[in-house]
Amino acid sequence: MHAETSAPAAIIEAVNISKSFGPVPVLFSVSMDVRPGEVHALIGENGAGKSTLMKILSGFHDPTSGQIRLDGKPAALPPNGAAEKLGVVLIHQELNLAEQLTVEENVFLGRELKKNGFLDRAAMRAAVQKHLDEIGLDILPTDRISSLTIAQKQMVEIVKAVSRNARILIMDEPTAVLTEEETLVFYRQVEKLKNSGVGIVFVSHKLNEVKAIADRVTILRDGQWIDTRSSQDLTPDMMAQMMVGRELSDLYPPMQEADVDAEVVLAVDRLCTADVDNVSFSLRKGEILGFSGLIGAGRTAVFEAICGLAPMESGTIRLFGRDVGPMTVAEARNAGLAYLTKDRKEKGLLLNKKMQPNLTLFALPKFVKNFTIDRKAEEDALQRAIRRFDVRTLDPEITVGKLSGGNQQKLLLAKIMECDPKIVIIDEPTRGIDVGTKQQIYHFIAALAAEGVSVVVISSEMPEIIGICHRVIVMREGHITGVLTGDHINENEIMRYAAGLKREELH
Amino acid sequence: MTRASEGMAGKSPRRVSIDLKTLGPAIALLLLCIIGFLLNPAFISEGNLTNLLTRSAFIGIIAVGATFVITAGGIDLSVGSMAAAIAGVMIIVMDNAVETLGSGVPTVLLGCGVAIILGIGAGWVNGALTTKGKIEAFIVTLGTMGIYRSLVTYFADGGTLSLNFEVRGTYRPVYYDSFLGLPFPVWVFIAVAICGWLLLNRTAFGRYCTAIGSNEAVAKYSAINVDRVKTLTYIIQGLCVSFATIIYVPRLGSASASTGVLWELEAIAAVIIGGTVLKGGYGRIGGTILGALILTTIGNILNFTDMISNYLNGTMQGLIIIVAVFLQRSDWKLGKSKKS
Repeated sequence: MHAETSAPAAIIEAVNISKSFGPVPVLFSVSMDVRPGEVHALIGENGAGKSTLMKILSGFHDPTSGQIRLDGKPAALPPNGAAEKLGVVLIHQELNLAEQLTVEENVFLGRELKKNGFLDRAAMRAAVQKHLDEIGLDILPTDRISSLTIAQKQMVEIVKAVSRNARILIMDEPTAVLTEEETLVFYRQVEKLKNSGVGIVFVSHKLNEVKAIADRVTILRDGQWIDTRSSQDLTPDMMAQMMVGRELSDLYPPMQEADVDAEVVLAVDRLCTADVDNVSFSLRKGEILGFSGLIGAGRTAVFEAICGLAPMESGTIRLFGRDVGPMTVAEARNAGLAYLTKDRKEKGLLLNKKMQPNLTLFALPKFVKNFTIDRKAEEDALQRAIRRFDVRTLDPEITVGKLSGGNQQKLLLAKIMECDPKIVIIDEPTRGIDVGTKQQIYHFIAALAAEGVSVVVISSEMPEIIGICHRVIVMREGHITGVLTGDHINENEIMRYAAGLKREELH
Repeated sequence: MTRASEGMAGKSPRRVSIDLKTLGPAIALLLLCIIGFLLNPAFISEGNLTNLLTRSAFIGIIAVGATFVITAGGIDLSVGSMAAAIAGVMIIVMDNAVETLGSGVPTVLLGCGVAIILGIGAGWVNGALTTKGKIEAFIVTLGTMGIYRSLVTYFADGGTLSLNFEVRGTYRPVYYDSFLGLPFPVWVFIAVAICGWLLLNRTAFGRYCTAIGSNEAVAKYSAINVDRVKTLTYIIQGLCVSFATIIYVPRLGSASASTGVLWELEAIAAVIIGGTVLKGGYGRIGGTILGALILTTIGNILNFTDMISNYLNGTMQGLIIIVAVFLQRSDWKLGKSKKS
């Protein structure tokens, strides 16, 4: 990436933008500008105001005060995505495609080409094919969206934006759901878009990625503008510090030695399911066991089978020294085994409900007295959970969907812990949450282990696996390829096992 | 965070402020009653009011069951046909039992027992086909609706099934007699409503229904046996249909292909007017009962006045349903725009 010699005039500028939702201010006089052909990263903790700023830049929200300038002229952006006509496109994290329509139909949705009053399918197909070729995407214009992978869908969104002559592309955590390979493809697309003069704004919690592809970085903290700098002047550590505003040397808690003689609480032998082949491992009391590997390596599938969320084909599970057959989720819970999903919005929390029913849903039988729910006990539980997990909200009656990602994750953790499990499986404990909350969650996991709870951490983020786990199991394509302990837990080793370059004979 | 805890503490005097959305159906019913009274003061006569309540009981009881099904994200279109089929089988069983059991109470009890078993069975079939068979509830119950309806036509040989005259005499008080001034069906209605309210609002089962209707995957990951809870909602629905049929049969003492026609739509309408969300996740038994009363009241008022033809009953009901849902919708928007 070469330094820009002269800064071209910005396409879009936000000048002293402030925004309040009712009485709650979320942005304080923030300024930012995007130039043609640059990648501008927007980083900050959850709740720092990134999403709000993105929505203001794309016209979904109006600023309370301040100005948006387009090509140097003050502009009022039309609401609800109509700013696309001005070349400003926001790609939501939850992609906005009609699943049952084809790629072509999606790209031209709302501005179909017509000939003599009928759809000109040939022309549209050709146009879409041209864009797909340009971007190097190997799908057909006639493919149905529902048959595509997430990465491909994202590319279709980009094609859609490009075909509408987008000059500014704003993306909310575009790589959060991509595998590493897909991420690389995504980087190449970004590079191409840059070269064609599109200005790109993107939000990411992956600071290495920001360092790799951004030209400039704007940091927000608590709704304040902290700095805008060339990414060459920043290291990921510096970015993290500026986001949090304090030293982060203690991101990971001090590692407590695991007791290698502690009793084995969970022993899995030759587990097979649709996505898992012959997996055997054991977990000791008070141990933090990491499961690493690429996305799709079968880590989640192992534990969904153990916890009764997916069928198992063969294999045995010993829980606290007793053989247990395939369990239902409720049986697993009663036996002290709890699984915390990585998909907190779709599988973890009822987004349109308040915190209260969400918190107690998993452990609800505990709250039943004389066939009815003990509402006093529920209220007490919520207050305890808010304190213990530091869930921050001004209004406890708010629906969970309105909480920030970090607070949702804390609530989900609280929900799972409500049944006092002896073994907790946490799948992607810190996906899409900010550094400060990450730190809290790591410390919480360490504290749990110190109390004698066994924790399995499934994570695609290598630093956190290395930072908190006593022992690491690496999986690839449904198999366990390696088990690492002590000094062997490092990025190099994990990567070699995960990529299939190295493999232990385990059986 | 401290503020959050304070907020919690300050909440202890339980929220009495009921929002417009919950109060809406009650206000609508009150307005209807006032209109009814203004059009014809005889509207509030004791005879009319008890008649109104008795007539609401059928739809009301079925709608309580429908509230569970809809809250858990399902739908049951078969209830009207189910009621007709149960009524038909009940009558056949009782008529045939006269020879062995006589025309007294045992025969009627046998009929009621059969009705309850059939209701539970039919509900279980609907539930099992949707959960284990993984067929959409709309399709399953559309199918069973047709099956039950044609069965009753077949049993009646295209005509009418009539209850033995003497059994009818024994059974008659169940519909026509009163207890403490209220007709018997109204007591059944009240009992079903109270049980339904407790079940939905105070038990883990009710919470599970709401959770499943809100997001099935979350429910599954929260250790809820989704299939069992969903099946149970259909069984509750079937049971409610049994109760409604048990108090309906003595009214006419017969069943035919036209028994219970369109009850499913009236029950669903009562549920929706009451504020339950059609796509699930939020249910209100109290609202459902008001919804059932509103529907019956409209018909009743039209009977009392010449201003609008009685034939337009369906039009009025349809309008009320659309207006009710529209009001709920705009209320949602109001609540949201305040916050964002």
